[in-house]
Amino acid sequence: MDTPDTAPPQDVPTSPDLLADSPDGPRRGSRMSDARPAPGKRQAGKVRIGDRLFAGSSRGSGIVLLVVMAAIAVFLTIRSVNAISHDQGNFLTTFEWNTQEGAPLSFGIAVLAFGTIVSALVAMIIAVPVAIGVALFISHYAPRRMAQALGYVIDLLAAVPSIVYGLWGALFLVPHMLGVNAWLNQYFGWTYLFGQSQPGAQPRSLFSVGVLLAIMILPIITAVSREIFLQVPKMYEEAALALGATRWEVIRTSVLPFARSGIISASMLGLGRALGETMAVATVLSPSLLLSFHITDPGGSTIAQNIATQFGESQGVGRDALIASGLVLFIITLLVNGGARLIIARRKEYSGANA
Amino acid sequence: MAKRIDVSGLNAYYGSFRAVEDISMTVEPRSVTAFIGPSGCGKSTFLRTLNRMHEVVPGARVEGKVMLDNEDLYGNGIDPVAVRRTIGMVFQRPNPFPTMSIKENVAAGLKLNGVRNKKLVDEAVERSLKGANLWNEVKDRLDRPGAGLSGGQQQRLCIARAIAVEPQVLLMDEPCSALDPISTLAIEDLIGELKEQFTIVIVTHNMQQAARVSDRTAFFNLSAVGQPGRLIEIDATEKIFSNPSVQATEDYISGRFG
Amino acid sequence: MSTISTSPRRSPLQGSLKERRLPRWTPVATVAGAVALAVVLGVVFDITSHLQWGLMAAIFFVAGQYLLARQVEGPRQAKNGLVSSLVWVAFLLALLPLFGLLYYTISKGASVINGTFLTHSMNLISPNQVGGGLYHALIATLEQVGIATLVATPLGVLTAVYLVEYGNGGPLAKAVSFFVDVMTGVPSIVAGLFILTFWIVILNQPYTGFAGSLALMILMLPVVVRSTEEMLKLVPNELREASLALGVPKWLTILRVVLPTAIGGITTGVMLAIARIIGETAPILMLVFGTDVINTNPFKDPQSSLPLYVYQQYAAGTDASQARAWGAALVLIALVMLLNLVARGIARWKAPKASR
Repeated sequence: MDTPDTAPPQDVPTSPDLLADSPDGPRRGSRMSDARPAPGKRQAGKVRIGDRLFAGSSRGSGIVLLVVMAAIAVFLTIRSVNAISHDQGNFLTTFEWNTQEGAPLSFGIAVLAFGTIVSALVAMIIAVPVAIGVALFISHYAPRRMAQALGYVIDLLAAVPSIVYGLWGALFLVPHMLGVNAWLNQYFGWTYLFGQSQPGAQPRSLFSVGVLLAIMILPIITAVSREIFLQVPKMYEEAALALGATRWEVIRTSVLPFARSGIISASMLGLGRALGETMAVATVLSPSLLLSFHITDPGGSTIAQNIATQFGESQGVGRDALIASGLVLFIITLLVNGGARLIIARRKEYSGANA
Repeated sequence: MAKRIDVSGLNAYYGSFRAVEDISMTVEPRSVTAFIGPSGCGKSTFLRTLNRMHEVVPGARVEGKVMLDNEDLYGNGIDPVAVRRTIGMVFQRPNPFPTMSIKENVAAGLKLNGVRNKKLVDEAVERSLKGANLWNEVKDRLDRPGAGLSGGQQQRLCIARAIAVEPQVLLMDEPCSALDPISTLAIEDLIGELKEQFTIVIVTHNMQQAARVSDRTAFFNLSAVGQPGRLIEIDATEKIFSNPSVQATEDYISGRFG
Repeated sequence: MSTISTSPRRSPLQGSLKERRLPRWTPVATVAGAVALAVVLGVVFDITSHLQWGLMAAIFFVAGQYLLARQVEGPRQAKNGLVSSLVWVAFLLALLPLFGLLYYTISKGASVINGTFLTHSMNLISPNQVGGGLYHALIATLEQVGIATLVATPLGVLTAVYLVEYGNGGPLAKAVSFFVDVMTGVPSIVAGLFILTFWIVILNQPYTGFAGSLALMILMLPVVVRSTEEMLKLVPNELREASLALGVPKWLTILRVVLPTAIGGITTGVMLAIARIIGETAPILMLVFGTDVINTNPFKDPQSSLPLYVYQQYAAGTDASQARAWGAALVLIALVMLLNLVARGIARWKAPKASR
């Protein structure tokens, strides 16, 4: 990408000459009669216009993208500020979402943010270790044929739309979570987390959502991690092998350190999906604005799901309140991505890229 | 510390393709044996069969015997991991672990083998780096990443890493082909010193290098592309380069082909 | 060098090449033992759930195998074996729900799909009535995704060209790159909300398929930019230099050398981006409104869409409608799979012959 610098200067000397040329009738005529220099000059003219057009349109595209993005950010902020200024409660701590016209507006993000983060956390705790295991299985343990087939199936599953996961989650997973919840309540009820206030209640809970989200993001994290495991240069693995390392030691000394930042970004990609997921949550959860650490109790809400269920009934400031919550979701996702990038940047010194 | 290798009737395959055919030879202890021959003649493949690195490639397998003193490396109940610990290897491109410091790189093999005693590890690191003629250049920056060294230094770091686990044999797969002449000279000098301690086998494309560093030279050739590589002859280096017994060797050495 | 020979020999580095190995039948024996133990415990403690029996057996197997290996083969081999077991367990654990999902969708959906289902709309069909179809949703999805692709692809590719070939890391390039990253993180519901307020409420536009397309564009753009950027970066600089050295102007170099070299990867990226947005439900739910009749004009009146159709049929809650939801889900998966296959085909067809 340094080379492009060298190209334009070659054109620069010819260009003013050419600009002066074109309105000049006689000279243009003489050029036509003079066959030899014409092709060269004509070509130089095309170069300049072509380059300018192409560079301009590509720069223009970048600017359009920038403007769209800036518009979204500014717009969401203005609307959110408007909503929060009308909020009778405290936007950060109120446990309500009353945005109906007429009644006093009172809404807060606390319950929604809690539900979003808890369900995403449950998903990450389940999905990340399993995904790394499956990715390792495909890249280093499975027989080659099987690995290829599995790789394809995982890629496909990563592309299955979330609404399908939602449908399956609501109609298949939720009924089957009943037994799991009872078991967790029986043996791990003492942790408070898995204790149920009404045993046997429909498991349309944050925990079920977390499990479904885990299943949903598992293929994504697996697919990306597998790519990264396969990219580890063979020579590092051979170095470990030649020192007399077992398979696990090869993975520990050369594969995992090399892939660490990649695993982190894969996980963050999954986390981003889990945080912003709407439909899979909306189909499984029976929403309520209760903040409870009994994560197997039905109820709870996430930001995205709340927007999907409320936007139809909201007008005016009520809609702005939803936008404010969307902005919070946006910021959470940004923080997650930014955090991941920081971790990756800090480890860059040791990454394989500059080896 | 150094052991003899006896190879008999060895064939190496990639899937159904036979890369190396029916090789028998003896590698003498405390000496340098060089493998030369045209590209694709199977000399690197053969080298990798000597510490069971060949089978790491999916679909690759080996037939025949490789005796290290009195033990067949391909015998029943032999652990390839233990084989690789006993027969170290240095690769074509320097491959220090990118996530580890210089010291950690040298100590990597020891750590894997359960040596946790800090004093022992430090001693071994210093001894190995001195053995690889690298100590004076890196002793003040042992905690810097190994990837920050120059190519030649990296390759000597890899040699230090290999000798830190005190192997019986050291295999070198074109260790200088990615290096500049000065670094190459440093490695060649090092090989001359290391042969006091280790049995060394080196694959090289550079015939002058084979002539300079080795005691014995083996010439490999293949009859045609797609055919397996074979051992043409092995003899004292002086004899191979002055008066080889096979015409093909003389043709190759005098530059008539390859 | 003499220091090496005088060094004390330490036991971990020595020893025979033969390592003590567990006999080959050990894993089978451990499995049998673990299952037996689990069954006994299950019967004695009266545990009804067979899932728990399985879990117990798995735990006993992993633990038993580890302890045995530790006794006979030593800690290094034991740890190696333990990780292998865990990787296998992870694999089986992931396999169950994922294949369960595919199996369940296919078995439920296949019985619904027939000629009528694919060629009819839901016009005049009540939720608890059998029949009807998804033709209206299929057409609408293709139109909405098509419009989004037509706009987002050139815009995204050109932006990537700017970032890689013209930006030179300047302030504008940095800003664009940063905002692309930011855009990648926009949750689809937020994109939908933005278009809803901006396009429908403020500009007072009606609910149409095009409004949905706008949101899909926002979601698709960053994916296209990023994947194209990666692909352009993979084109070796030598190729550009070779072309420039022949006196080919820069824009022609990009158009004739750089883009064709990367076209396979770019197309794959676009296909995968389409596969990603084709299943988006939330923004469609907000912007396209949904309808039961066939509306082929994405710029006028509400449309439906496949994912929205799945959701609405699920939400209707009757047996007949949920069956239709499975059928539509299967069609959606098939569509995504087709896109994936096409993307792979293009990638393989256009890939430089030597690589992979």
